[in-house]
Order: sequence, then structure tokens, then C-alpha cells
Amino acid sequence: MRGLLSFFFILLLLSGSIATAAPAAFQDTMAQRTLACTSCHGKEGRAGPDGYYPRIAGKPAGYLYNQLLHFREGRRHYGLMANLLETLSDEYLYDIALHFAQLDLPYPAPQLATAPPEVLQRGRELVARGDPERRVPACASCHGKALTGVTPNVPGLLGLPRDYLLAQLGAWRTGQRRALAPDCMAEIARRLAPDDLSAVTAFLAAEPLPAHAKPVAPAPPPPVPRRRGQKAQPPAAPEPPPMRCGAALPPVAGAVR
Amino acid sequence: MKRIAWLLVAVLAVLAGLVWMFNFWGAPRIRDAAPTTPPSREQVARGAYLARAGNCMLCHTERGGAAYAGGRPIETPFGTVYAGNLTPDAETGIGSWSAAHFRRALHEGRSRDGRLLYPVFPYTHTTHVTGADADALFDYLRSLPPVHKPNRQHRLRWPYNTQAALAVWRALYFRPGQYMQDPSRTPEWNRGAYLVQGLGHCGACHTARNALGGVREAMDLLGGLIPMQNWYAPSLAAPSEAAVADWPLDDVVQLLATGTSPRGTVLGPMAEVVLHSTQYLEPRDLRAMAVFLRSLPPVPGDTDPREIPRASAVVFDRGAKLYEQHCADCHGKQGQGVRGAYPPLAGNRAITLPVTQNLVQVVLHGGFPPATRGHPRPFGMPPFATVLSDAEVAAVISYIRGAWGNRAAPVTELTVAQQRSSRRE
Repeated sequence: MRGLLSFFFILLLLSGSIATAAPAAFQDTMAQRTLACTSCHGKEGRAGPDGYYPRIAGKPAGYLYNQLLHFREGRRHYGLMANLLETLSDEYLYDIALHFAQLDLPYPAPQLATAPPEVLQRGRELVARGDPERRVPACASCHGKALTGVTPNVPGLLGLPRDYLLAQLGAWRTGQRRALAPDCMAEIARRLAPDDLSAVTAFLAAEPLPAHAKPVAPAPPPPVPRRRGQKAQPPAAPEPPPMRCGAALPPVAGAVR
Repeated sequence: MKRIAWLLVAVLAVLAGLVWMFNFWGAPRIRDAAPTTPPSREQVARGAYLARAGNCMLCHTERGGAAYAGGRPIETPFGTVYAGNLTPDAETGIGSWSAAHFRRALHEGRSRDGRLLYPVFPYTHTTHVTGADADALFDYLRSLPPVHKPNRQHRLRWPYNTQAALAVWRALYFRPGQYMQDPSRTPEWNRGAYLVQGLGHCGACHTARNALGGVREAMDLLGGLIPMQNWYAPSLAAPSEAAVADWPLDDVVQLLATGTSPRGTVLGPMAEVVLHSTQYLEPRDLRAMAVFLRSLPPVPGDTDPREIPRASAVVFDRGAKLYEQHCADCHGKQGQGVRGAYPPLAGNRAITLPVTQNLVQVVLHGGFPPATRGHPRPFGMPPFATVLSDAEVAAVISYIRGAWGNRAAPVTELTVAQQRSSRRE
């Protein structure tokens, strides 16, 4: 029975892809408006002749919005992107970010792990626990336990090719890629040992996505003891304070850039 | 022999004297101190509006930097000029300037210390701004939060980096002026002329420049290639380019207010002008500008349709196939476009312009019309720089310039290649 169901499901998917291959009639939609984006990024990210165009579908809206601002304002560098965004308002960039954040598309299979097992093991360790000696927090502490991102501003780390991940960490180390201050990722990328850059990207690129691949909501802050007289519980373990990360808030309607 | 040498020296001395005279004659020293009282709220509001009309912020703000704090590099054929800090910081901005200094900068192109300014700052146009408007602009700027950011040294080649070269340039191409009302025209026309020729500095792009970056007549608006940008600002007087004499007035207003209109859409540098400047102007000012622009006497294009070369059948067919594959979904099989979303290509002046830089730009790099308050969610054109080769870009452009009744010369692969390689990122 399950086999039959999945057969129909695949048939459904196929028919969907056949329908989209036919010449698309004009529709007054965001998908139509943003053909300039999907022509390079594809539906699920795509390798281009001059590098990798990462997947944008399903990434958190705040993250996408901030990246659009970074490209427009020179904190990230890619000529074609900057050129396209030059004439767009903050409000429209946020609309575009919301549109892509809401897309729910399947992820491709992860890349085959080619790194030696000890490298992958080191990568797994960094992702889960970080490197206390170098004061590198665990990836999972900000990007979500499942590494699928945390709304509104933290992207997932899975489903991306290793070259792209390495390029981003490298760009952060050299200052080519920046975020609004405090630029936490730049700091972390600089603290990482060169071998660890390789290990963590090898692990992330080969890690399959969980069934539920959407970004999760941020964890609620720990409850504060309210009643006087009652002794507060001692903290379980002395965890380092979380890093602060700068991000632009969504635009306020009616504001002028 | 000696006499000739003396004669030469004498001629040079006279020329130097003339250059000096053109630049410094009769200019009194300004000894005013910076104002100490804060500007009135009305003056600040008026100045803010005028700053929009002049689009001052676009050049005087670095990408991602503090507004008006300067630092944006402006490429010229002579090197890079960095826009100055206009915030009221006493040390690095204009905090120590007086209103008289500011007026002189706009009217005569000179800095607080009397240095000659580079005409990248369009004082060839702002010289027409009234004293009252200059004062309002100054009051607005000094109401901004001061930002401590030292101005960057320009990176110009010799001899362009010398004050002497600048003095010669100014003697050739600049006379301080003031806007003269034309009593034979309506007040509305005069207001439009004042905005277009003064603060709006439309002619800075829409007028051709010679090899020295000078213009014969700063106000002719007959179209020009924007230096270093590979964009052509079309003639506002030629019916074959971008004249609006036969447009309904409301369409001109709509184009300036929203970036799009039934008769055309703005892209590239003009989209930035609409985004940052004209969309904020009051309807009556936009109407005045439209009245003035519609009154420009028509100048015929200089191409004879009988002499237009045609693309070879091979190129044309190749272009047709590429068009079908990449363009027809949006622009239509007959180049008819989609109203309100994608411009038609058939019978579109932007497609048949004799200068093809803009077409190559748009096909290679794509773009969006400006996202304005009146047209907040425009449809975008994808970039094809990574998809199509130079020969393919040339073929598809040659096709759309020759199909559906369009009659314009083809574009060569070399043209596309040159433009692709000259792009600065």
C-alpha cells in the first residue's frame, strides 16, 4: 500500500514539473515578479558558471531580508545582485524575502562524504559542541538543534554544497562578507582553526536533512524566579553568554529610506 | 628667435591672467562664521524637499554608510572623485561653514577655503539655484546629525589633479550664472525650467560631454553617454529618443512619480533618480517639469532610415530562436509585452535607439524599475550575463531591433564584448 501511495506521489510530482515546463502564462504574483531571482538561484539553488547560487526557498524571512540589504549596501559582494537590488525599496525587499521564506520545496540529497572519518567526526563535534578552547560556540547553539535554522534571522546550514560553505566562511574571515554589527559570524569564522573550517564544512555538506526541514522558532528565554524568599535554582552548567548578532528589523510601513 | 620666445611667454601670461580672472575676479573673501542658532523647522522641511529635488544624498552617501557623510566613489574618465561629507561635523563636514560659504559652493563651485571644486559636483547646474533655496538647503544639512568622517583624497591623474587644470576647465566651460525667468512663458513653465536646469541637474547626464568632460551648452538635454557607466541618457528633445512633446502631460508626471507610465518605464541610472528624487516631489512641481520638458523644441534624429544596415539572416534567425527561448514568455511572441508588467519591444524607442549601450546593459545585467510609492512592487528582468555568450546577446538584440516593424541597425558581438569587459563591479 505504501509503495502504491509513494508511486502516486511521484506521479503527482512529475505531473507538477511537466506543468511548469510548459510556457508559463503571465500571472500577477510574487513568483512572476521575482523571475529575476529564480533565473539564477533556481528553485533549490543551482551551480552557475561563476559559482554556486544558494537555495533561497524556505530560508527564514529575516535572514533573507538582511542578505538583500547587505548586497544592496555593499556588505556582501556580487555585481549582478547589487545591480538588481539598486532600485528596490526596503519594503519590497522584505516582500521578496517573505515570498521565498514561505516556499516549501523538497531538498536535494546531501553530497557524498569524501572526507576521512576522523575529519567528519571532528566536524560533528564542532557542530554539536563547538570548541571551548578557541571560544567557538556550537553551530547548533544558534542555527537550531536540527541545523535547519531559527526564525527570524538564522539560516539553516544543511542542503548546501561544501564549496559554498567554505567560500562563505572564508569570506567572513577576510571581511568580504559582513553583517550588521555585532558581526557574530565573522568573529566565529576568525576564531576557527583552518583545519576546522574544512572539517565543519565536510560534515555539514554530507549531513542529510531531517524530515522537518523548516527553521524552528527561537527557544523561549529561561523563566525568571518571581517569588521573593524562594531560592533561585543554581544554573546547571556555566555556559558562556550567547553571542550577540546584529540584524536589521523588518521595515516599518510608511518609513522613507 | 628671442622675440618669438618673448611673444610666447607674453601670450601664456595673458592666458593665465584670463584663466585667473574667470575664476577669481571680483570674488570677495567670505569671513562669516558658522551660524550658532538652530535653523527653523520650516527652513529644514523646505531644505529637505529641495535636497530630494537635487538628489544630493545619492552621491553624498556611501553604500551602506551614514546619510550625507560622503565617501561614495564617483568614477570619471580622469580618475575617481570621492563625494564630500555634508553633515555638520565641524572638523570633517560643513559644520564650520557659513550660509555664504554654502551659497558660494553651489553658485561658484568653490569650497570653504576657496579651493576650486571638481565639476562632478554639478555646480554648472546648481549655479542657477536661488539664494533662498541655497539657504534652505544649508539649513537642512546643518540640522542633520554630525558624522565624523574625513573626506577621502580624490584619485585623479596628472594634470587633472591640479587646481590649475581645474581653473582652465572652468575658464572654458563654466560661468557662474543665475536662473533668469522667461517672462514670455507661464510661471509653471519657469518653475519647471528652474527645477530641470537647476537643482534637478538633468543635463548632467542628458547632455553630451567632450573629451575634457565639458559641455558646449549645459542645458541642451540632447542626450549623452554617461561617463564610465555604459548607460546612455537619451535626448529629451529628439522624438526618436526620449522626447515627451507628444505624451499626455499626466504620463510624464506619472513616469517621474512612479518610474512607469503607459508610454515607458525607467531603468538603470534614471530608475535611481526616480527612486531617490522625483518620486518625492510634489505633483505641481512634477507637472511644472513636465510642462517644461514637453516644450523642448523637437530635434530630428540624424539617421536616415534608408541607410540602416540589416542583420544577416543567420544572425537574425539565431536571435529569433534565442528570443523564443529566453524572452517570449514575458515580452510576448510579437514583442507586445504585458501591460503594467513587461514593456513592449515592438515599436519601443528604447529598443531602436541608435546608441545600444542600454540594451546591452539590460540584457547582461537585468534590472528592476524603481520600487516607488506609486508602483511599489515592479516586475524584474533577469540578468543573462552568465547564460548568453557575447554573440548570443548580439544576436538577440539584433533580432528585437529588426523584428515586428522595428528598423534599427544590428549590434555586433564586439560591442557586447567591449561592454562586458569594461563593467566595473
